Amino acid sequence: MIYIFVCYGFLLSAMMGLIASWVDRKLTARIQYRVGPPFFQPWFDLIKLSGKELLIPTTALRQVFLTAPVFGLASVILASTILWLNDLHASQSFVGDLIVVVYLLMIPSICIMIGGFASGNPLAGLGSSREMKLILSYELPFILAVLVPVIKSGYSLRLNDILAFQMQHGVMITSLSGFLAFLVCVLCIQAKLGLVPFDMPEAETEIVGGPLIEYSGICLAIFKLMKYMLLFVLPFFVIILFWGGWRLTGVHLWLGLLKYIIFILLVVVIRNTNPRVRVDQAMRFFWGTLTGLSSIAVLLAWIGK
Amino acid sequence: MSVRVQALLKSPWIFHLSTGSCNNCDIEILDCLTPRFDVERFGMLLAGSIRHADVLVVTGSASRKCIPRMKQIYEQMPKPCFVVAIGECALSRGMFIQSYNCPLPIDKIIPVDVYIPGCPPKPEAIIAGIMKLVKKTEEGLKNKQAV
Ligand code: SF4
Repeated sequence: MIYIFVCYGFLLSAMMGLIASWVDRKLTARIQYRVGPPFFQPWFDLIKLSGKELLIPTTALRQVFLTAPVFGLASVILASTILWLNDLHASQSFVGDLIVVVYLLMIPSICIMIGGFASGNPLAGLGSSREMKLILSYELPFILAVLVPVIKSGYSLRLNDILAFQMQHGVMITSLSGFLAFLVCVLCIQAKLGLVPFDMPEAETEIVGGPLIEYSGICLAIFKLMKYMLLFVLPFFVIILFWGGWRLTGVHLWLGLLKYIIFILLVVVIRNTNPRVRVDQAMRFFWGTLTGLSSIAVLLAWIGK
Repeated sequence: MSVRVQALLKSPWIFHLSTGSCNNCDIEILDCLTPRFDVERFGMLLAGSIRHADVLVVTGSASRKCIPRMKQIYEQMPKPCFVVAIGECALSRGMFIQSYNCPLPIDKIIPVDVYIPGCPPKPEAIIAGIMKLVKKTEEGLKNKQAV
């Protein structure tokens, strides 16, 4: 267990996340006719940040300010461990791990929010309140969309059963309800990752980094690492739910990699072709269009489409 | 020590501070981020908050109102860090040298590592200056290790 926790849950996911973030930056640069950063840029950024001085503002709540990033990173590592467990030790997975993962994947956003409020900076407070509104808006369609594979696999809350169902009856994404739910998930993940068009909590050009504004040194490095890891863990979760997972044997390894690359490309293209929306527009979008779409998907799944 | 400075040289994030410039220098700095010059290939990014920055880029002639704020900004920047002065104003106050409002050049207020002259300097000159800073620091590290 410890082995999976360290090697797969942390190291492998972090590596994948760092590479994905480089792909994201490089592709963004190429789309804008720039050269883009060298391959090891994310590693350099992390090493540099962890070597810098850590400043704590006098207005900050010290303990909360310092522990928020640690909790965020820990929950991401736990979530990715549970996801890898399905691949490596399927017998050790437990009923309800789907719910646990959904909860764990919500904690990073909450940690960013709490860290922002604890720093005592008005701009960070503004960013945190936007983050809170964003969490409230995307969680509803996301959970509705996650219900679709649950319903289709015969009301099972175990990721392993969902994977087994997809092995026998084909992947979820090929059915109509599965496809709709997948689309909703992609957009919710864009918001969960805090990327354009849903990056208003961090809006560099308006509120200079939002909740992260007062963070420096190692704490900022932990937050960055957490975000890089989310860039791997969230797509991985959706691939397990809708796209038959990622097995580490033979041809499935490369197929899994291909699925993940397609996913990252989708995220990068959405990020580069859309302007930032306002909070009220995002809420209307998530509570209106996407909740409607995911409700239709749930209904379709219920009648067996 | 040296690993963290080396990593810093590979990803210097820039914070841009204008202390009463005529805005020409600021526009030239922003030019460096455009597709034509693209400083991201050296790992440089424009940081929004001084807490994330490694290089403080100062332009302008340090007016009386700006001096305390400049000191405060410098103190808020997490160390180790560098300071780059850009433009004739920042170097020697340029044509404002006789002004009642500009008592001191910037390097008498905060330590400056690189001076980039010009009114305004070209983006090429700015990039060359910052790369000189990187080279100089790398060589300094090497000499230190040799000794
Ligand atoms: S150096 Fe020249 S261009 Fe730059 S701020 Fe001064 S007057 Fe303006």
